[in-house]
Amino acid sequence: MHTKTIAQLAKGLRAGDYSSQELTASYLARIKQHTELNSFITVTEEQALTVAKQADMALATGNAPLLTGIPIAHKDIFCTQGVKTSCGSKMLDNFIAPYNATVVEKLDTAGTVSLGKLNMDEFAMGSSNETSFYGAVHNPWASNTVPGGSSGGSAAAVAARLIPGATGTDTGGSIRQPAALCGITGLKPTYGRVSRFGMIAYASSLDQGGPMTQTAEDAALMLQAMAGFDAQDSTSVEREVPDYSAGLNNSLQGLKIGLPKEFFDDGLNNDMASCIETAINEYKKMGAEIIEVSMPNLKLAIPAYYVIAPAECSANLSRMDGVRFGHRCTDPVDLNDLYIRSRGEGFGTEVKRRILVGTYALSEGYYDAYYIKAQKIRRLISDDFKRALQEVDVIMGPVSPSPAFGIGEKTSDPIEMYLADIYTIAINLAGLPAMSIPAGFIDNKPIGLQIIGNYFAEDKLLNVAHQYQQVTDWHQQTPQGFA
Amino acid sequence: MSLTADDVNKIAYLARLGIDTQDTESYAKDLSGMLDLVAQMSNINTDDVAPMAHPLDQVQRLRTDAVSETNNREAFQKIAPQVEAGLYLVPKVIE
Repeated sequence: MHTKTIAQLAKGLRAGDYSSQELTASYLARIKQHTELNSFITVTEEQALTVAKQADMALATGNAPLLTGIPIAHKDIFCTQGVKTSCGSKMLDNFIAPYNATVVEKLDTAGTVSLGKLNMDEFAMGSSNETSFYGAVHNPWASNTVPGGSSGGSAAAVAARLIPGATGTDTGGSIRQPAALCGITGLKPTYGRVSRFGMIAYASSLDQGGPMTQTAEDAALMLQAMAGFDAQDSTSVEREVPDYSAGLNNSLQGLKIGLPKEFFDDGLNNDMASCIETAINEYKKMGAEIIEVSMPNLKLAIPAYYVIAPAECSANLSRMDGVRFGHRCTDPVDLNDLYIRSRGEGFGTEVKRRILVGTYALSEGYYDAYYIKAQKIRRLISDDFKRALQEVDVIMGPVSPSPAFGIGEKTSDPIEMYLADIYTIAINLAGLPAMSIPAGFIDNKPIGLQIIGNYFAEDKLLNVAHQYQQVTDWHQQTPQGFA
Repeated sequence: MSLTADDVNKIAYLARLGIDTQDTESYAKDLSGMLDLVAQMSNINTDDVAPMAHPLDQVQRLRTDAVSETNNREAFQKIAPQVEAGLYLVPKVIE
């Protein structure tokens, strides 16, 4: 039953094919069986079985919410009350969250059973899951390759069918890129759609949580539970949540798909370009119209991101000071020594790089030249998208320039790793929703198609993704050894 | 833009971030690389562009000035490195 989707499992639970306790035990056994992937940081077996038991009682009443009894797991960036929330860092290795993130609370209310916490790049800073204090996660499609990042544990666990769905977060591509590299479906909602309360902050003006699942249909079910206004998040948007499943089967006849010519220039390798072209052709067969659009400022997205994200992270991570929670050095001689050594010991190299760049960019005399300049560039990029989305319904392109790369292959040159996020980062700067769906294989490694929509058009994205999944079976492929 | 090991030490102090002496040079190299990457922005004229702080150009929401949080001091202090009598302890600041 581990290859079933959330939608299928929900039916099975109601039909009495299995209980939530059986389902939970079966997934827990798979998680134990596949520790070689290193996708989990914490497994909450006992709690999960208790919640599953309650879920079975709720299901027996006949009016339990749709996701009741469905096992999921959370990226370890979401605070879970009474459970270690490490954010992939030594700094928070001893941090037992005293409260739940809103996303966790909402999914609990929706009836899901959390099986534990998933591995990730330290403080979500990375594109390969190699910066985690708990070690690299292995891609189930090829164990010597990365699963992508920063939500690498979430993507690997869903791809290996250790769980049917997971939460992830996306600041510059951290849901979409690992989804692409692991051959699953990932959705980054519009900025402000999903509450950031209790989601450990990296870059507050870019961070957004979302679902990672096998199918678009499942992503709709999870997003339904996750989305909505939250007074505890100052940037949460007060706007009604539509029924994300209602329009999944709408026809795509006349759908206008924009292809930004900047996505398909020399930087994209031929194999990737041809996979994306094949996917676009499927849409043409469904009646979609293809329109070339232009995003002249797209190339500035990485430079702007590597000012804005580090600047915001340097401010956000100042709360990790060894005073109220987290790692504290031994025998500090004075307060400065306590700060400096606690932070020096607690953070890894990539996190330190970004704190340093951010501190520099925000320091006296540099603020206008870096941060304000980057925010102006951000508006130019956002305007490019707004212009294009007046002409078309969705924009499509690749997620990542190549399929999964080797573990250790890009660690010596951080800049090279940053440049690989070229197709995802601009979307965060603009605050738009976007998805990655499985769209083929290169050398037996999955690749993703990116679908970008207008603000709050998650329903449209899910419809467009679901229709593709009705005529293709890339999303049903399971890596060898995990079927 | 090239940063020296001295620059790195200054920035690290501003961030109260301990850096191993043997790593300073490599941070200087990486940071210089990142600053070169972001330098592309300076070729673009943005004189008439307003900075964008929030993707939806939203303003901060206001709420009534009423107590909304409960006191969770015990729960919060349970995970603190060092507390005494409800206070967070740090090395002596004032002699």
